Amino acid sequence: MYKIESKNVDFFYGTSQALKNINIAIMQNTVTALIGPSGCGKSTYLRLFNRMNDLIGNTKLTGQILIDGEDIYAKGVNVDSLRKNVGMVFQKPNPFPKTIFENVAYGLRVNGVTDKKLIEERVETSIKQVVLWDEVKDKLKKSAFELSGGQQQRLCIARALAIQPSVILMDEPTSALDPISTSKVEELIYELKSKYTIVIVTHNMQQAGRVSDTTAFFYMGELIEYDNTKTIFTNPKIERTQNYITGRFG
Amino acid sequence: MIDIKENKLARSKQRKQAIAFAIFRVLSYSIVAILFIILTFIIMKGVKVINWNFITQMPEEGMTKGGIYPAIIGTLCLVAGSMIFAFPIGVLAAIYMNEYVKDGIAKKIIKQMTNNLAGIPSIVFGLFGMSLFVNKLHFGDSILAGSLTLGLLALPVVIRTTEEALKAVDNTFRQASLGLGATKWQTTRRVVLPISFPNIITGLILAIGRVSGETAPILFTVAAYFLPKLPTSIFDQAMALPYHLYVISTSGTNIEESRPIAYGTAMVLIIIVLIANLLANGLRKYFGNKVKMN
Repeated sequence: MYKIESKNVDFFYGTSQALKNINIAIMQNTVTALIGPSGCGKSTYLRLFNRMNDLIGNTKLTGQILIDGEDIYAKGVNVDSLRKNVGMVFQKPNPFPKTIFENVAYGLRVNGVTDKKLIEERVETSIKQVVLWDEVKDKLKKSAFELSGGQQQRLCIARALAIQPSVILMDEPTSALDPISTSKVEELIYELKSKYTIVIVTHNMQQAGRVSDTTAFFYMGELIEYDNTKTIFTNPKIERTQNYITGRFG
Repeated sequence: MIDIKENKLARSKQRKQAIAFAIFRVLSYSIVAILFIILTFIIMKGVKVINWNFITQMPEEGMTKGGIYPAIIGTLCLVAGSMIFAFPIGVLAAIYMNEYVKDGIAKKIIKQMTNNLAGIPSIVFGLFGMSLFVNKLHFGDSILAGSLTLGLLALPVVIRTTEEALKAVDNTFRQASLGLGATKWQTTRRVVLPISFPNIITGLILAIGRVSGETAPILFTVAAYFLPKLPTSIFDQAMALPYHLYVISTSGTNIEESRPIAYGTAMVLIIIVLIANLLANGLRKYFGNKVKMN
């Protein structure tokens, strides 16, 4: 069974159609890259998976998005519970103005975890998972703003991991980072694959090539091609994909 | 070869800029000058009468002698009362508007009405307060009626500044919180409010400044011409600084003789507002630091 399935998905902002008939099926424990020029709908598409687009008024979705076979837009679905299972990492590192510890503990606290020991354990495991522990273990009570941009982004990933989601969405997670921090996050994505299903939006072709198993190329709200990353990058079936990847347009 | 020499065009551009900035500079400093002149005027005239007795004694001899203690207490009561009323309602309304209501008709209406409320002349508030609180609800001329009337006046100020404070919070914080499965309320309480708190406090203080100087709304709802004793409950009348100032300057027993007291009263009023502003700044800094470390 697929982890995520998108069936005939159309999405509208008011009257303008942002996504046209998107069909994708994503396997568990894989990394899927969404690529395409600005405004092609890839970020909008990513935000359908945790219903982040609900926050915007006057939008409409038709078709189905299934996670573990469940239609996440069906009646009776609790959006908060959905988001607990589908974590998100944003373009700009956005830790809360709280301590490093409280940033990671936040998701647990809002989901009703009060057991102090459990929280401490989870915070530690999550920070270790993003290979940040040695850098922050002595300053957990310090503000998260004291960390560098790259550290902040890894902290944000730890924050998402702490509530043990099964899917992680990443919206251009390295676009605000320097090359070294970027490669650290990329390594991390590779590591996390064994436990999570990851969908990542990226503008960086090399990054898509390095971290992902499958790649979806979007153009003007349409899914042009969706295949193994290797195939997309070496032997795309559609010319437009080839042109985009080789940098001839976009 | 590049041309980087001084030439006619470059000089003319420079001159225009110099003239523009010179005008801006003069105008900016004139604001400071105006404030400075008002303050010096009031202080020069008022400082003579200000002493410990002036702020701790009752008025004497038809308000031409003695202090303004009851007016100070009255104003403090009214400020506190109006804020107890306006602050929670205003902040909650702003939260509702900014965090919960999606853009649309309802939001537009609330917004427009808030702006209209802000535009109503304060004497109209006074009249309304008298008919509703004093007469209809039988509060009588009282601190309660006055506080509620002043509170109504302060509401739009609180709502607007709170809204601005909430708007200033970067949306990515909200998304991050919601993305972790937090509800809107959890997001508001745990992330948005702590970040915006320093600015909300500023709004509160602005409202205090506005309220403490208002005369018209308290005219028919609470203010007493002269009271020989302090109020003992919220159903008592009270004296208030701005009204006291008005009384002794227009209808006192001896206007010429009470002139120094008028200036003294004005100075005390200004000092109260000034202290409120300083306090606001202090609180802002304090909570601003706390937000980062929390």
